Amino acid sequence: MTSTAPLPDGRGSVAAPLPGGGGPESPQAAGIGSVTRVSGPIVTAVGMHGAQMYEVVQVGDLGLIGEVVRLAGDRATIQVYEDTSMMKPGAPVLRTGAPLSVWLGPGLMGNIYDGVQRPLPGIQARSGAWIRRGEKVPPLDAARRWPLEPAVRPGQLVRQGQVLGTCSETPLVKHRVLVPPGVEGTVRSIVPAGEYTVAETIAVLDTPAGPKELPMMQKWPVRRPRPVRERLRTDEPLVTGQRIIDMLFPIGKGGTAAIPGGFGTGKTITQHQLAKWCDAEIIVYIGCGERGNEMTEVLREFPQLKDPRTGRPLMERTILIANTSNMPVAAREVSIYTGITLAEYYRDMGKSVAVLADSTSRWAEALRELAARLEEMPAEEGFPATLPTRLAQFYERGGAVRTLGGEAASVSIVGAVSPPGGDFSEPVTQHTRRFIRCFWALDTELAYARHYPSIHWLHSYSEYAQDVAAWWQKEAPDWADMRTELLTILQREDRLQQIVKLVGPEVLPDTQRLILFIAEVIKDGFITQSAYDEKDAYCSPGRQVALVRLILMLYRRGRDLVQAGLPLARLREMKWVPEVMRAKSAYGNDELQGLAALDKRVREELDALDREHPR
Amino acid sequence: MAEFKLQVQDRGLQYVGSRRIEGPLLVVERVRDVGYDEVVEILGPDGRARLGRVLDISDTAAIVQVLEGTTGLSNEATRVRFLGESFRLPVSRWMLGRVLDGLGRPADGGPPPLSADRRDINGMPINPFARRYPREFIQTGVSAIDGMNSLVRGQKLPIFSGSGLPHDRLAAQIVRQARLLEENVEFSIVFAAMGVKHDVAQFFISNFESSGVLARVTMFLSLADAPSVERLLTPRAASTLAEYLAFDCGRHVLVLLTDMTNYCESLREVGTARGEIPGRKGYPGYLYSDLASVYERAGRIEGSDGSITQMAILTMPSDDISHPVPDLTGYITEGQFVLDRDLSARGIYPPVASLSSLSRLMKDGVGEGYTRGDHPRLASQLFASYARVRQVRGLADVIGEEELSRLDKQYLKFGDAFEHRFIGQGEYENRTIQETLELGWDIVSLLPRDELHRLTDELLQEHYREGIASDG
Repeated sequence: MTSTAPLPDGRGSVAAPLPGGGGPESPQAAGIGSVTRVSGPIVTAVGMHGAQMYEVVQVGDLGLIGEVVRLAGDRATIQVYEDTSMMKPGAPVLRTGAPLSVWLGPGLMGNIYDGVQRPLPGIQARSGAWIRRGEKVPPLDAARRWPLEPAVRPGQLVRQGQVLGTCSETPLVKHRVLVPPGVEGTVRSIVPAGEYTVAETIAVLDTPAGPKELPMMQKWPVRRPRPVRERLRTDEPLVTGQRIIDMLFPIGKGGTAAIPGGFGTGKTITQHQLAKWCDAEIIVYIGCGERGNEMTEVLREFPQLKDPRTGRPLMERTILIANTSNMPVAAREVSIYTGITLAEYYRDMGKSVAVLADSTSRWAEALRELAARLEEMPAEEGFPATLPTRLAQFYERGGAVRTLGGEAASVSIVGAVSPPGGDFSEPVTQHTRRFIRCFWALDTELAYARHYPSIHWLHSYSEYAQDVAAWWQKEAPDWADMRTELLTILQREDRLQQIVKLVGPEVLPDTQRLILFIAEVIKDGFITQSAYDEKDAYCSPGRQVALVRLILMLYRRGRDLVQAGLPLARLREMKWVPEVMRAKSAYGNDELQGLAALDKRVREELDALDREHPR
Repeated sequence: MAEFKLQVQDRGLQYVGSRRIEGPLLVVERVRDVGYDEVVEILGPDGRARLGRVLDISDTAAIVQVLEGTTGLSNEATRVRFLGESFRLPVSRWMLGRVLDGLGRPADGGPPPLSADRRDINGMPINPFARRYPREFIQTGVSAIDGMNSLVRGQKLPIFSGSGLPHDRLAAQIVRQARLLEENVEFSIVFAAMGVKHDVAQFFISNFESSGVLARVTMFLSLADAPSVERLLTPRAASTLAEYLAFDCGRHVLVLLTDMTNYCESLREVGTARGEIPGRKGYPGYLYSDLASVYERAGRIEGSDGSITQMAILTMPSDDISHPVPDLTGYITEGQFVLDRDLSARGIYPPVASLSSLSRLMKDGVGEGYTRGDHPRLASQLFASYARVRQVRGLADVIGEEELSRLDKQYLKFGDAFEHRFIGQGEYENRTIQETLELGWDIVSLLPRDELHRLTDELLQEHYREGIASDG
């Protein structure tokens, strides 16, 4: 339970006084209770007089980390984050007096943590390929020194959220050391520029409560949102480079979105695509109760992938939280909060952050599992009655804000939902819908046809389309109209398909079959986008607009020609039609001239057709 | 009420009498120094020793799950001894070639496996940071798998089947034929049967025997007539041995688990007996986590050359893929092979439903440097075209085949060829990946070239067979 690291060790270290003063100040409380019952991850203990709800405790001789979730007299119910095999009644329970908190400071970026912020590389260094119980590794490297540039002078009055100094955490991330929330005072001393560890005091403030030493790192309880000055309107899109999202169902910076879909519909791949290509400055990826190999894939792939805007490895702006399905269920429950707290910390530095949570259903199931063990009365499908509240609390931690330091910043949240049997009427999907504004419904039929991303254009929606239209108008003044036109064609096609299913396409007039044809071009030539196509995995806004223009031009010109009596078959048989379909992977983001040339050629060919068939 | 007596034995305390016996559960009161998940030995009035484990322990009582059935136990005469550790399996490489019972004890009349290395069957979670990403293509010789949903080493890919479908024959074929492309390394096989019938077990044994693999197989058999609760430990014991063979001995292990639906039913049985709040269809709310603790034991890790490839067979009750067992399994495993009753009824073997089957790791194990450069796009095109076939067939049912357009008729032709020639093959037919891909091109060429949007011009130039596309 002890380590050679100079910092107080491991997750249990929350017992120590908080160096950052971020969380509630806690005395060295620590009473000792005694286990009376063990049932899976739920342990009951007596002698816990004075314990607080959500206080962290260490259970048994291994010091397994747990959290108090129910109090009755001096009896506490504890959810334990590790396997409780061979735990016996009578085992000691050590109180720490503080709620579960994360360490915040330089060194988070590029790291990979489990649900309670234990770094997985550190665990591997200690216990090999397997996660042994009771393993404790500090979340931040205590020995590493970071180059700090101070930003305040002695005698200066500083408030919460103000920058004390900056340090280059990775080439992509300028880390700002901020005055923790709730702290205000005059700078008594500040260290000169130089290299410091996260725990060293870098500034001393004279506060009304006396002098306060501030190190680079601070702690924050994960279940409490970090404060902001005010909430702002979302007006800038989170550009993802995924055509169906950006063009049809955009999400704003600070927005919230859900990706529901049965298994095999591509939730995880969509999340990976967003993590790779979206234009947030910081990515927090939470693998919550999902497959181990998927996290391995991220770990293997991200260091090699280059950020399309800076050319640096993506890992330099990414934090991973991995609590896979076979890791303890209680830690899965808390992993969501761990992730969002890290995101808020970077948001407070004035950055745009995207949180990708895969999957919130596994989190909800963890809630259900723990509630059942606590013998709580279940609501819908066994989920606890608090499910909607918990979902709302999570999604409300996203948003565009003005930080305490006065800057505009945002946390966008995209949560994958895994409805049982792909049925969207189940409680998690239904309640999630109430708290998000963007719904990307993945469709099993599309996935079966390997139409990826399998976001269904009729079942999805975005309430941000209006909000971000102004931004897009800089790229294309008629963005909103183009979007409406695409959606209208797809909707009309759906209605026509109902008829086709009954009587076949042959009976439809050419004007209607043109809709079917164009819808096919939209689906094959625009909506589908392969994550593994080097040229097409990321589609720049400029290229998205060029592709839409090409297709809509074909539609409008084709409509005129067909109305003038040109048989649709003539149009379909044109040699360049397959070229239009494949244009998305033929011309990369820096080959827009090629697209323009194709556009010109198609226009000329259409002109020629027009001349052949004079009106 | 039983009379409680304490007797000191050679190993630990022995408690006489229990408070309550209900289904597979036994409640013992006034126990001391007993841990959660501890192994228990229970002696009934008949003197037979049975194993159990502690599901819930408090300072007043222990709830013991009796793994070998509670038939014949009585409150008064039952004697219980706590063995001071959680469930362990002795592991050694000499266990290959042996037949064990569901708890890992010899069932072939041979001596118990001799090993000082006894491992907790619950294992420990693999650190995701220490996993190696699986990417070596396994050639199974089955086109429906190799061509469309390739299996890679270290993957967990279950077979979703229905009663009466040939999942056992397909699994046996995969065991017989599975090879890595470059090396000729053979798999060691760990076979765990949970609640399957004697003749199914016999089918596998004789199949392993006739194909000469029996010496590389360890069988854990918890058959249909064994106490159902025993099954909860069987896949864990099997995975423990597999981990030893793979990560300690560096072997490539193929784990076959059949039938996971029976396993889940045992879990439900215990949950119900404990009076737990049930989730969907009466299965416990922790079914997902429990299944994950079995399935996630497949894979590869840093520091070892071995691998565990896992193939679980489960029968979908009334062929319902949204039933909790296949549903939750699909969320954990890296894809699934779905067997289709219609294909089977039309005499197509193996009846692998192409559209609903999926291999999530295929993308990293095929293509240039693994199988062949054209593989990913060819597979994608076959999927897309076959999806279209389904629509056309729906239309043909309504308006009749004669009324279809020329193109739609070509699609029908393609669909039939795809099902009979590509998916369909012999039970002993072992196709190389080259043969599978060439066959794929033969079949995709039944469609006009302009329809093949997912293939590039270069690929079409190189492989498309001109003149095969019929006039419908």
